[in-house]
Amino acid sequence: MPVNDYIFLSITLFVIGMIGVLTRRNAIIIFMCIELMLNAVNLLLVAFSKMPHVAQKAPTFTAGSDGQLFVFFIMVVAAAEVSVGLAIIVMLYRNTHSVDVNFLNRLKH
Amino acid sequence: MKTLIFLIPLLPLIGFLINGLGRKYLSKGMAGLIGCASVGSSFIISLLLYFRREELSGHQITKSARTLSEPVFRYFDFIRVDALQIPFSFQVDQLTLVFLLIITGVGLLIHVYSTSYMHHEKSDHFARYFSFLNLFVFSMLLLVMGANYVIMFIGWEGVGLCSYLLIGYWFQNIDYTKAAKKAFVMNRIGDLGFLLAVFWIIDKTGSANYSEVFQHANQLSASDITGITLLLFVGATGKSAQIPLYTWLPDAMAGPTPVSALIHAATMVTAGIYMIARSHALYVNATTTNHIIAIIGVSTALLAATIAMKQNDIKKVLAYSTVSQLGFMFLALGSGAYVAAVFHVMTHAFFKALLFLGSGSVIHALDGQQDIRLMGGLKNKLNITYGTFLVGCLAIAGIPPLSGFFSKDSILLGTYSNGGNLYTFLFLVGVITSGLTAFYMFRLLFITFHGAFRGTEEQRNHLHESPASMTLPLLILALLSVIGGFVGIPEVFIHGGERLGAFLSPVLPVNENHLSNVTEVALMAFTTGIALVAIGVAWLRYRNYREEKTNSLGRVMEHKWYVDELYDNMIVKPVNKLGWFASKYFEKSGIDGMVNGVGRLVNYSSRQLRWLQSGQIGSYVLLMVISMVMFFVFQFFLRK
Repeated sequence: MPVNDYIFLSITLFVIGMIGVLTRRNAIIIFMCIELMLNAVNLLLVAFSKMPHVAQKAPTFTAGSDGQLFVFFIMVVAAAEVSVGLAIIVMLYRNTHSVDVNFLNRLKH
Repeated sequence: MKTLIFLIPLLPLIGFLINGLGRKYLSKGMAGLIGCASVGSSFIISLLLYFRREELSGHQITKSARTLSEPVFRYFDFIRVDALQIPFSFQVDQLTLVFLLIITGVGLLIHVYSTSYMHHEKSDHFARYFSFLNLFVFSMLLLVMGANYVIMFIGWEGVGLCSYLLIGYWFQNIDYTKAAKKAFVMNRIGDLGFLLAVFWIIDKTGSANYSEVFQHANQLSASDITGITLLLFVGATGKSAQIPLYTWLPDAMAGPTPVSALIHAATMVTAGIYMIARSHALYVNATTTNHIIAIIGVSTALLAATIAMKQNDIKKVLAYSTVSQLGFMFLALGSGAYVAAVFHVMTHAFFKALLFLGSGSVIHALDGQQDIRLMGGLKNKLNITYGTFLVGCLAIAGIPPLSGFFSKDSILLGTYSNGGNLYTFLFLVGVITSGLTAFYMFRLLFITFHGAFRGTEEQRNHLHESPASMTLPLLILALLSVIGGFVGIPEVFIHGGERLGAFLSPVLPVNENHLSNVTEVALMAFTTGIALVAIGVAWLRYRNYREEKTNSLGRVMEHKWYVDELYDNMIVKPVNKLGWFASKYFEKSGIDGMVNGVGRLVNYSSRQLRWLQSGQIGSYVLLMVISMVMFFVFQFFLRK
């Protein structure tokens, strides 16, 4: 399977996520879209780590494994971020009885 | 003895501080006592100094003060910039001694007089009055004692300030404060000339000390000398009320009467005479300037005398007579008769202080009435005032053997002996003016004291002679007005009679009088005769004063030749217009417009920028995405 397919897939996923962030007002959906973008990037990292020219330059069995390691880190950080983000959304709901992000412009006034 | 010199100006300064700071707490008695005592002690020290003047030359006096050249006492460095050194030093020579005695002596009498004249004032205003009076004396003492032009300038400005404060003493009256402002502004114009002259002197001679400046006087070029002397004279016209800056002095009558006496007799107006007499080393070489001084002096004397003939305010007449007498002094200075000028300063201090204090006594008796048309017949009720006033009038009219005769005579002789058409002409105008002097002074005397009383019934019942603290100074001054002239009896009468000239000879040049005795006596008889005729005319016309119609010339004189109106139209109004114009177009639309424009620009642009910060997260993210996309486009497609 050529690497181009992976790239196209992750771009598609990223754009879907981005459009979701831009168009939706529900905080949970925005959150999900952010996760989608994050995972699109993860996919890209894994795909790049298995690209042929990477393997050619360093012909060992660990070639390109740093990209995959990075993905694990991102997943851990994302998990932590999700917990914080969800906690914020819960607090938001408790205060405003809504998860509409446009209610969050109160700082302006 | 010499260690006491610095106390002469210091004591009035201390009096000023005590009275000025403690005016809320001091009783009237205390304030008056402090005011009189400080000036009185200065007078005593001056007297001691006069009797022990031989001691003045010397070297180290104390650790802090030492003499430079003979009579200079140096205390500390006042200004020290590069090569220029201006020490704070006093010069006490014969000329200074004469002025010290006049200022502190006449000043003391005026202080004593003031204690009763101002007694109806509230006690804090009373103390304020005495503090200003003391400051006035202090400034004047600084002016005459300074050993360089800078110290003189401090005193010069000080008397200007004090005249402003005292003329505007009754500051609730808006006209009085305007008069004070006028005096201040007029003086400032003159001060500018003085200041420029001092800069010029320092530039050319590298020093402001009299001794050094006068040593360099011969090395200055003719144009420098003329420029410096003319600028100094501009300063003198401001302070000593000469054409064109004299109009403040009659308006200065807004102040209390003793203040007028102080300004006219002991302090302030004599400053210009002192300054030119002090700088005679510069003036002897400046022929052009001397001609200008003499001409301006004599024109001022004549102009003021004609105005004085038609004034109806008792103090205004005296004010114009002061302007006129100052004109005589400048005539003397312009003729090189410096001793005569100083002599006239002295005698004038006596009789003018006497006349002013006498008029104060009259005003006091009439509860503030100053219009002589509403007086008359006061001689029976105010015996002492009338007697002393008569002495003052005789003295100023130049009737022998009173003091005014000798001093005025020495001025006129000094002018005549210069020779030449110009000075002969000036002499003739001077003689006419001295006749006019006799006329208007006796017009004042007859209208005020003779004839029938023309005031209200209430005033008639209230007429009273002033208390002793007012009449005593009058009597002393009257005595001085009689005998004050005997220090300068011409050689014709007594050999060695010119004692003032001999006394001042180390400081001032004494010009040899080369007229024959017959001419001299004839000239004296001529001037005295004119004065007597003038008095006779005044007696005939004003013995029984009635309202009289004035012809057109009289009306012009009554309106002071419309000089005030002329200045108002020529200078004050255009300057006000210019100020109004500048305020409207430069200030309001120019500078204010610029400042407000900057503010308005910031306001406007920030209001536009506010739309960016909407608070909508979506729009922020959109902007972020758009800018990221733009970066990518730039990175991958546009960058070469």
